[in-house]
Amino acid sequence: MSDQHIDEVSGVSTTGHEWDGIRELNNPLPRWWVITFYITIVWAIGYTVAYPAWPMLTSATKGVLGYSSRNEVKNELAAADAAKDKYVAAVQSKSVSEILADDSLREFAIAAGGAAFKVNCTQCHGSGATGSKGFPNLNDDDWLWGGKPDQIQQTITHGIRFSSDSDTRASEMPAFAEVLSAEQIAQVSTFVASLSGTVDNAALIAPGAKVFADNCAACHGDTAKGNREVGAPNLTDAIWLYGSGEAAIAAQIRAPRNGVMPAWGPRLGETKVEELAVYIHSLGGGE
Amino acid sequence: MLDQTQIERLEAEPVNSAKMRQPLYAARKKIFPKRASGRFRQFKWLVMAITLGIYYLTPWLRWDRGPYAPDQAVLVDLANRRFYFFFIEIWPQEFYYVAGLLVMAGVGLFLLTSTVGRAWCGYACPQTVWVDLFLVVERAIEGDRNARMKLDAGPWTIRKLGLRTAKHLIWLVIAIATGGAWIFYFADAPTLLGEVITGAAASIAYITIGVLTATTYTFGGLMREQICTYMCPWPRIQAAMLDESSLTVTYNDWRGEPRSRHAKKAQVAGLPTGDCVDCNACVAVCPMGIDIRDGQQLECITCALCIDACDGVMDKLGRERGLISYATLTDYNANMALATAQGTLPIRPSLIRTGDGEFSDKVAHFHLRKIFRPRTFAYMGLWSMLGLALLYSLLTRDRLEVNVLHDRNPQFVTLSDGAIRNGYTVKLLNMIPEPRTIVVRLEGLEGAEMSLVGSELPAGRSFAIPVEPDRLKTLKIFVRLPVARIQGATQTFRFVAEDKASFESNQYTATFNAPESSK
Repeated sequence: MSDQHIDEVSGVSTTGHEWDGIRELNNPLPRWWVITFYITIVWAIGYTVAYPAWPMLTSATKGVLGYSSRNEVKNELAAADAAKDKYVAAVQSKSVSEILADDSLREFAIAAGGAAFKVNCTQCHGSGATGSKGFPNLNDDDWLWGGKPDQIQQTITHGIRFSSDSDTRASEMPAFAEVLSAEQIAQVSTFVASLSGTVDNAALIAPGAKVFADNCAACHGDTAKGNREVGAPNLTDAIWLYGSGEAAIAAQIRAPRNGVMPAWGPRLGETKVEELAVYIHSLGGGE
Repeated sequence: MLDQTQIERLEAEPVNSAKMRQPLYAARKKIFPKRASGRFRQFKWLVMAITLGIYYLTPWLRWDRGPYAPDQAVLVDLANRRFYFFFIEIWPQEFYYVAGLLVMAGVGLFLLTSTVGRAWCGYACPQTVWVDLFLVVERAIEGDRNARMKLDAGPWTIRKLGLRTAKHLIWLVIAIATGGAWIFYFADAPTLLGEVITGAAASIAYITIGVLTATTYTFGGLMREQICTYMCPWPRIQAAMLDESSLTVTYNDWRGEPRSRHAKKAQVAGLPTGDCVDCNACVAVCPMGIDIRDGQQLECITCALCIDACDGVMDKLGRERGLISYATLTDYNANMALATAQGTLPIRPSLIRTGDGEFSDKVAHFHLRKIFRPRTFAYMGLWSMLGLALLYSLLTRDRLEVNVLHDRNPQFVTLSDGAIRNGYTVKLLNMIPEPRTIVVRLEGLEGAEMSLVGSELPAGRSFAIPVEPDRLKTLKIFVRLPVARIQGATQTFRFVAEDKASFESNQYTATFNAPESSK
């Protein structure tokens, strides 16, 4: 082994390997590189022992450190929950009005309620809570069943006309197609439309007022301002759930649509509902 | 005055010179720079003291900013996203000041390089300064060049082991101090020092110290000139920055050649002799391991220690200083042409000297005027303009800002009386370290009123909002416009934020949206 062969051209010793007279020059790798390379090998072996690595038939080795990325996520979620605990406990122990009065708690509930809204409520009320035809806009100041914090909470918890909840808010506008003549319906719808705007056929207003007083005032009130006890909408304002104008009003009188909202209390729990109530109350229309 | 034969000739090899160049995978040949003394060495000590002083002491300077801001003169507060520099406080969105300073530093480097060459490399670069510092330690423990070479070549005795251990330990201490000083720029220095010592500091502090200790130790102690030669891009860039009027460390071979170790014999034999006695002093002191007599080369950081070494020898010989000197290529070429009779002869020292041995009048000497030329003025102008622009912008910048984000969903809400409501997220930035009461009011949009979410304040056109010192305050504001006042689908108006105490104010132009059908 001692007879080193030196390559004549480069003056570098060869490894002693020879193929058809061609010899391999022995230019060793830098020592630091080789040392680093061996260290990485040792490190890699240690790593596969310490962490899940080797594939087996049904799973992989678990690693002596017991690390698992699922646990990591679980711990992070638990830590996030723990960080919220203080607020969640406060939300649980306080009423919606009390939460609204507390700056930091309100901020928390708005954030939490906003997230819950995106998941559970946007399907009907829209991502901006603006609603659509038949689904109320929650941003405005017009409330069918009341816009006070506890009223909102009650509505979310038990729903509207949700038959499987015994505490649900319920009322039903009758179909007047059977009760009133077509002429009367035209008259009363003109009258109702005139309460919040101008109408074409002013001659129908006076008879319409009489029809209203006889048939509608019981629920909607003598002044047509509505009645939140029974969810009867205010007919004098600019907000129309099923559309404004005489035609839309007449259609609703003939064959009313009565919207249904599920009860969310059993599904989301009281805390979530409280957070939702705070969120909705803070959209700008809360009373 | 010494005779030439009395000048000690040093056995010094320029291990990194072009003719010695070896394959890149070959082990590095060590360099043992000899201690130099002279003007430039003095100047380098001074620069070293100043730069190290700035680095180590800056975090400990205090600057009173009142009770609501840290009192550290220079602080990069990453947690709160603030940067404090004496009287200047910078928020993240004002980072362009830092970018501007970096551009200025870049142009400054161009200016410096085009005038005095690689002065940054030779004097102020941290790599140079720390290598110098590490060499001071090395010399103090192992002795000067010859002693170190002997020790290095010798077997591992107890003494060698002791000396080496001591050297590396002191290097490590310097490295730790270097890494340690860095972290104090990012937190209150006295507090952090206590925490670091008691083990209570954040792990990132220890990691930073560890990384910088490793880099300082490796770069300053072990790798040294290899950083400049192989890792740093600046030598390559600078090659393009230099021109024929830039000062570079130059071996004036027009007066040095033909170099001779045996000048007497040569003179007796009637051969011409130059000023260079080939004593190798310039090679021995070079921290880069090159021979400046080979001409300008990439490795040269222009530390000018060879000038000191050579001047010392010239003094002893009673010859003019400046055989190695800072010179411009123009001067060098002129003198070279003189010494070679416009290139027709080999270098002939007699051509540059008069009969009595003095330099001829035709020899070009450096004059400060030569480095002032259009290029340097252009750099200087650009540099000053940048500086003035930054200064102007700094002096006139806002310390009270208002940003408004219009609600996008819903863009507007129709209320029961037909009025239209728009929602806005209004951000008030109080950028001074004092609490302020900021009045927010509506300007334009006649008839509109705003209400503040989460506040008991009645709706109005103006609110006084207390804002914490040096903080941003986010407000949720609803603006309500009666139906009679609506003038189209979009109307513009302004949110004005005003500090009634200082009359500082700022405004944001926002839009108010309404449904197309409402008017």
